[in-house]
Amino acid sequence: MKGAFVVWLAGLLFGVGLFSAGMTDPRKVQNFLDVFGNWDPSLALVLGAAIATHAPLLALVRRRKPLFARTFQIPAKRHADQRLLGGAALFGIGWGLIGYCPGPALVNLPTLHASVWAFVAAMLAGMWIAHWVGLSKSR
Amino acid sequence: MTEFTPLPSLLGGLLIGLSATLLMWSHGRIAGISGVVGGLLDGATRGEDRSFRVWFLVGLLSAGILWSQLSTPPQPGPTTAPVWLVVVGGLLVGFGTRLGNGCTSGHGVCGISRGAPRSLWATGIFLLTAMGTVYLLRHAVGGGQP
Repeated sequence: MKGAFVVWLAGLLFGVGLFSAGMTDPRKVQNFLDVFGNWDPSLALVLGAAIATHAPLLALVRRRKPLFARTFQIPAKRHADQRLLGGAALFGIGWGLIGYCPGPALVNLPTLHASVWAFVAAMLAGMWIAHWVGLSKSR
Repeated sequence: MTEFTPLPSLLGGLLIGLSATLLMWSHGRIAGISGVVGGLLDGATRGEDRSFRVWFLVGLLSAGILWSQLSTPPQPGPTTAPVWLVVVGGLLVGFGTRLGNGCTSGHGVCGISRGAPRSLWATGIFLLTAMGTVYLLRHAVGGGQP
């Protein structure tokens, strides 16, 4: 594949960003979600900074074709439906229960903590179940 | 209790935003973690699409290796939740992100940056249910984690 190095670099930057942000610490994530407790607002800044960086650059980048692909792969659907809302609700419950969303869980795998591996295994199983019952994106 | 860390968190967000931009600029792809992984599991991907997903994940894992080698202790520990709860959480995260077509990165960062109303809805909903879950866990049930 052309430009594989760039994709690898993007993954690396993304992962280092998650660590720096504090999103790889499940306690910090749960403290961000704990708005009625000792609220730690740090993660609001992560999302804010990511959007503030990406939104203007994205507009700039989309003026031309991608470097190594013919087209941009951007979802045509723009409006919410029940499936989206139901999926987001379930995801949020799981995220709140443990404090890992998919990126931070994966990037934590090399720390070799058993509970992270258990979480990722269950997450992959959940994704596979969604595919198996015909509810994942590619159906 | 964790401390408010404005600078590292802003820097982290900046790096995530740059990463998402880099992917869109180079391959026209969205940096949505659940989508990248889920597509591999669905078995429908091949060729360049498959390589793209694999290289991105290798990059993510490289960051994990780099960080676990270079960062100074104390590193954040893993979750202290019991294993059954970890499994329930993982299943919900995996199933929910595929059903809802995205997670914190795909909807929260990329979708909102693009101005997609469905991503704004998804992000609002998963933040609400996540906050509600932590509320129940810590303040209503009370037996949760510190």
